[in-house]
Amino acid sequence: MDKVMSDKKVIALYVLPALTLVLALIYIPIVLTGYYGLMQWDGIGEMVFIGLDNYSRLIADPMFWKSAYHSFLLAIFSTASLFGYLLIALILAEKIKGANLLRKIYLIPMLLSSVAIGQLWLKIYHPSNGVLNQFLTALGFTETPAWLADSSTVLGAIFLPIVWQYAGFYILIYYAALKSIPESLIEAARIDGATPWQIAFRIKIPLIASVIKVTLVLAIVGSLKYFDLIYVMTDGGPNGASEVMASYMYHQAFRGFDFGYGSAIGFFLLLICLVVTWLIRKLTAVEEEIQYS
Amino acid sequence: MIKKAVTSFLSLSLASVLAFAGCSSQSTQQTGNQSEGSTQTANAGEKVTLSFMHLWPEGSSKQHNMIVKDIIQEFQAAHPNVTIKTEILENEQYKNKLKVLSASNELPDVGMTWAAGFLEPYVKGKLFAPVDDILAGGLKESFVPGTTEAYAVDNKTYALPVELNIVPVYYNKAIFAKYNLQPPQTYEEFQSVVKTLADNGVPPIALGNKDRWTGSLWYMYLADRIGGAEALKKAIDRSGTFEDPSLVQAAGEVQKLVDMNAFVKGFNGLSNDEGKSEFMNGKAAMYLMGTWELPNYTTNESVPKEFRDSIGFFKFPSVAGGKGNVDSWVGGPGVGLFVAENSKVKEEAKQFAKFFVEKWGEQSVTKAGVIPATKVDTSKVQLPQMYIDILSELNKASNITLFADVQMSPGVAQTHLNMIQSLFGKEVPPEEFAKKHEEALAQEQK
Repeated sequence: MDKVMSDKKVIALYVLPALTLVLALIYIPIVLTGYYGLMQWDGIGEMVFIGLDNYSRLIADPMFWKSAYHSFLLAIFSTASLFGYLLIALILAEKIKGANLLRKIYLIPMLLSSVAIGQLWLKIYHPSNGVLNQFLTALGFTETPAWLADSSTVLGAIFLPIVWQYAGFYILIYYAALKSIPESLIEAARIDGATPWQIAFRIKIPLIASVIKVTLVLAIVGSLKYFDLIYVMTDGGPNGASEVMASYMYHQAFRGFDFGYGSAIGFFLLLICLVVTWLIRKLTAVEEEIQYS
Repeated sequence: MIKKAVTSFLSLSLASVLAFAGCSSQSTQQTGNQSEGSTQTANAGEKVTLSFMHLWPEGSSKQHNMIVKDIIQEFQAAHPNVTIKTEILENEQYKNKLKVLSASNELPDVGMTWAAGFLEPYVKGKLFAPVDDILAGGLKESFVPGTTEAYAVDNKTYALPVELNIVPVYYNKAIFAKYNLQPPQTYEEFQSVVKTLADNGVPPIALGNKDRWTGSLWYMYLADRIGGAEALKKAIDRSGTFEDPSLVQAAGEVQKLVDMNAFVKGFNGLSNDEGKSEFMNGKAAMYLMGTWELPNYTTNESVPKEFRDSIGFFKFPSVAGGKGNVDSWVGGPGVGLFVAENSKVKEEAKQFAKFFVEKWGEQSVTKAGVIPATKVDTSKVQLPQMYIDILSELNKASNITLFADVQMSPGVAQTHLNMIQSLFGKEVPPEEFAKKHEEALAQEQK
C-alpha cells in the first residue's frame, strides 16, 4: 500500500474524479456567480458590465437587509436551540429507560424531506382547520392568530419547524460524541465524589468541546443560507416578512428576471458565511485541546 | 480541522450554486437533443426530432396532458418522419427552466410562453421566431379577436394563443339560498351579501393570497369598475399613473373588504389551492377565479355532482359612480406556443405549432372543458350550460383586461404582487400602495 501511495501519478489518478466534480460543480459556479454579479443581466439577453453597481444597490437595499436580519435571527434562534439538544443528548447518553426509543423518535424528522415537513406544518398552522388553532379554540381562545399570514407571527411560526427539523441531527452528533468518552474517566470522577452535574459540566462538555464548535458552525452557517421551508411554507411572505437572504436571492433572480443582482446577493451571502465561519473559529479558539487521559 | 473547514465551506457554498447547478446538467441533456436535430436538414422525408416542452403533467392536469399526447400522436402519424420529444414541467419549474435554457440559448423547438410582459425579454433576446407567416393562411381569423395581439411585440406576433380565460365570480347557490341572497348586480348589493354572510359566520370569499396574483384579480376588477377599462392599462404603460384617484380608491375598497372580513381567515398565508379548497368544500360562498376552473363545476367527475350543480357565476358588479362597464372582464390569453428562433427544424416546428392550436381548439372544449383561444362553434358540440353561458358572456365582452402581473415587466410585477399582499394585509395605506408602484415603474424606465 505504501508503495502504491508513493507514486505521485497514482495519487493524482485517485484524486482526479472527486477533484473534477468539486471544481465543476462548486468552485467554477462560485467564480461564475461572482462574475455574473458584476453584470446587468436578465438571464436571457445581452450581459452588460456594470462593475460594482449591483453591490452598491445591495448595500442600499432595505429589503435585502431586512432579509439578512431575518437570517441572523434564525442563526441566533438555532444556536440557542443547540443548548437544548445538548441537554437532551446528555440525558439520553445516561443509561435511562427507553433511551433507544427516544433517540429514534428524535431522529425521525431528519428522515423526512423538507417539502414533506413544510406540508405537514402548513396543515398544523392552517388558520381555520389547523391542529394548532383547533386546539386553541378548544381551550377557549376566540381570536386565534393566522400564524403564517400575519407578519408579526410568521417568523416565529416558521423558525419552529426549521429548528425541529434539525433536532435529531444535532442530538445524534452530541450523543455519539458523548458515547465516545471513555467510561473510565466518568468512573474516576464518580469515585472522587463528583456529582452528576459536575460530571456533565466539568468533564463531558469540555471533552466534546470540538464537536460543539463544529455544530455551532453548522447551525449558524446553515441558518444563514437557509431556504427550503421558507420557500415551501410562506415563499417569503406576507410581503417579505419571512424573507431570508437565500429566498430573496431566488426571488430577484428567478421571479424578477434579475440574474445579475441575484448573483450579487448569492456572492455576498457566500462572503457573509465565510466571515461568520472565520469569526466563530476565532471566538471559540482554545489554547490547546483538553486532554484528561 | 482542515477537513471540517472544507466541509462547512462546501455546504455553505451550495446556496450560491443553487441557480447554476441546474444549468450545467440540463444543458448537456438539451444539447444532446439539438445536435440530433441539427444533423438533419428540414427536408421532408428525412428523419427529424422535434423537442417540445409543456406544463401540463399527468398528475395535476390529467385531461390537458391526455389531449397533448393525442395531438402529438396524430401529428406523428401524419408526418412519419417527425419524432416529437416532450418534456413536461409544472408551472413554476417550467418558468425557471425556460430561463435557464434561454441563458444558454438551448430552448426547445416548440414550447409554451405567456403573453406581453413575460414574452418581451425573450423577444428582445431574439429567442422566439415571429409566427406571422403561420397566421397568414387564414389561421388568424380562427382565433378570438385580440388574442394574438397579446403576443405581439412591435407588430410581429411571437406565439400562437392556446388558452383564453376570463374571470367570473363563482358562488355557491346552496349557501346563497340558505341566507336568502341573490347574485349581486351592484357593488352595494355585493357588500350587503358579504355582510350578511360574515354576520352569519360564513366566510364570504375564498382567497389564497400567498400566491398574490389571486388578490391582484380583486384589485384589478375594482380598478376597472371605478376607473374604467383604461385607468390601469394607462398606469402601467405610463400614459397614466397609479396615483390616479380612481386607482387609489380601488385600493381603498380592497381594504374595506378586508375590514368586513370578506375573505377567509389567514388568506395571506394560504396558497391558491388552499384558498380554493375552502370554496370546494362548501365552506366559503364565493370565489373569484379564471375560467380554467370551469371543469370543476361542470365535467370533472372527481368533484361530487351535488357540488358541481350548486355552483353558478356572476359578473363582477358595477360600482355606483364608477366608469366601468359590467361587461368588461379581467382575463386574457393564458399560455401560447412559441417556436424557437434558432431551432434547426423551424419548418416542422411551425407546422406542429399550427397543427397543435387547431387540434387543441377542437379537443380542449369537449375533453377538458376549458376555453381555447380559437373560436368555438357551440352548435356542433354538446356542452354544459355553464360553459355556454360563459362563452356567450365572452362574446358580449366590451373589453378584456390582461392580468396586471402579465402586463408588467417581471421586475415591476414583483413589486405589484408584493404590494398586493401588503395591501390585503393592511400593512400599507392605499396612497403608499400607489407610490410604490410609481417608484418601481419609474426605476424601470431609467
